[in-house]
Amino acid sequence: METVERTFVANLATIPSMMEFVSATAEAFGVHPKRIMHLELAVEEATANICSYAYEIPPGEVTIKISREIEMFRIELIDSGVPFDPMAMEAPDLKAELESRQVGGLGVFLIRRMLDDVHYSRSGTQNVLSLAVRYGEK
Amino acid sequence: MNVKTQAEKGYWVVKLEGRLDISNSSQFEQECMQWIEQGQRRFILDLGGLEYISSAGLRSILAATKKLKAQKGSLSLCALSGLVEEVVTVSGFDNILQVYPDLTQAMAEE
Repeated sequence: METVERTFVANLATIPSMMEFVSATAEAFGVHPKRIMHLELAVEEATANICSYAYEIPPGEVTIKISREIEMFRIELIDSGVPFDPMAMEAPDLKAELESRQVGGLGVFLIRRMLDDVHYSRSGTQNVLSLAVRYGEK
Repeated sequence: MNVKTQAEKGYWVVKLEGRLDISNSSQFEQECMQWIEQGQRRFILDLGGLEYISSAGLRSILAATKKLKAQKGSLSLCALSGLVEEVVTVSGFDNILQVYPDLTQAMAEE
């Protein structure tokens, strides 16, 4: 299994480079363009959380590890910040009226809906968020 | 992202091209607030050229919509496609905002 990884400074300004790294690799590995957009969205949403909340003394680092599995294109986002399981976040109220509508939690909800496999694990002092899509359009 | 604005038939038409994401959503929100301060009240966001939107982008649109509602204004979306349409639908934003297939219908029906 082929893997590629790169470590970035975890701040909001580097998110576009992280997205670019993932989308360029996904393209090279033959992921459908529509699914690449889903991946970009998931990377933006997940790394925005890491950059904003993971480190008590920011900026820390985030490592993106990409694996070309047989059926799935998988990304692992690894940080050494405070333990945080985004999948444990409550889903936003999608039926709320305009006045009370909040966007908090929406990013994680989008990740879950757009990707084919999402899970979180705490490995020693690291948060590992695993995000995967199939290669085809769907 | 490219932003073009045009006053047309009493509407403030904002055409977005490219990507509305965490790198430019705050700036876009500020621009919306400035247009509102300048007296614009009936916004139509033409998303025909928008390829990508994230929750940060939705947040800026939501903030502008709330501000407009407080001023008895309105904001609608038109010409969504691809990922943008998917994100707006999955988020349920099509329940709180008016969404039209194209600009002509947005101007005709609101």
